[in-house]
Amino acid sequence: METDWIWGLIGGGLIGLGGAVFLLGNGRIMGASGILGGLLDGSGRSNTAERIAFIAGVVLIPMIAVVFTSAEAQTHLTPNLAVIVIAGLLVGLGTRIANGCTSGHGVCGISRLSWRGLIATIIYILAGAATLAVLRHVWSLI
Amino acid sequence: MRLVLSFSAGGLFGLGLFLSGMTDTRKVQGWLDIFGNWDPTLAFVMGGAIIPMAIAWQLTRGRRPLVGGSFPTPPRQELDRRLVIGSVLFGMGWGLAGLCPGPAMASLSYGGTGGIVFMIAMAAGMIAAPPVVQRLDHTAAKA
Repeated sequence: METDWIWGLIGGGLIGLGGAVFLLGNGRIMGASGILGGLLDGSGRSNTAERIAFIAGVVLIPMIAVVFTSAEAQTHLTPNLAVIVIAGLLVGLGTRIANGCTSGHGVCGISRLSWRGLIATIIYILAGAATLAVLRHVWSLI
Repeated sequence: MRLVLSFSAGGLFGLGLFLSGMTDTRKVQGWLDIFGNWDPTLAFVMGGAIIPMAIAWQLTRGRRPLVGGSFPTPPRQELDRRLVIGSVLFGMGWGLAGLCPGPAMASLSYGGTGGIVFMIAMAAGMIAAPPVVQRLDHTAAKA
């Protein structure tokens, strides 16, 4: 659609605003994988409540927003369960090994001119593009 | 206060992901699919998010967080195996399904069974990570 980029900018602005609130308010970097991962592997025990409150906001506000918008809320996720499980495992493992994902390395890292954040972002975009190129256009699997 | 700010930050993040279309795996895979019908939306989302965030980093200078404490220390600059290997694995999973951790959480209420299965698999991957990291650090120290 022609208006997609406008919604991209608006939504992106809200994402950045969320990161700004988390940074200026709590002094913390808004990284989705770090906030969730620290909760799951026990490394974030000192601020468990803060992590749960953040995740509650991430899950509940879109749930409410869906009710008030006419736009269809669909993820269009592949129905192939094997692909879903493998992808989930890779995303969980990879983001914790690399210590960040699209929000932490991408948004928060690049915005503070972090060399590591920029390199990580370039690597995961290239790895994602290569995976799609091979599995979709060479092997026609996804 | 700390929890209200956390919830608000998470809410803005989730709302932004929803409105920008980033919980739609077709749009994310569309950005990564350079040999298909390429979709540039993700670049606008990234740009739109980086601008307020860059201003926020500027505002941290000479200040303290609202709730007290201190701001994060400056980022490390050196690249290591962990960053490269982890990012490759993450990118592969991201390309496969079109979901990363933020959108996986934001779409939990409307992503159906597949979304929940992805979330469980991602949680398992996260729990499995610390021993792998330890091994990577160990072999790096020996080399």
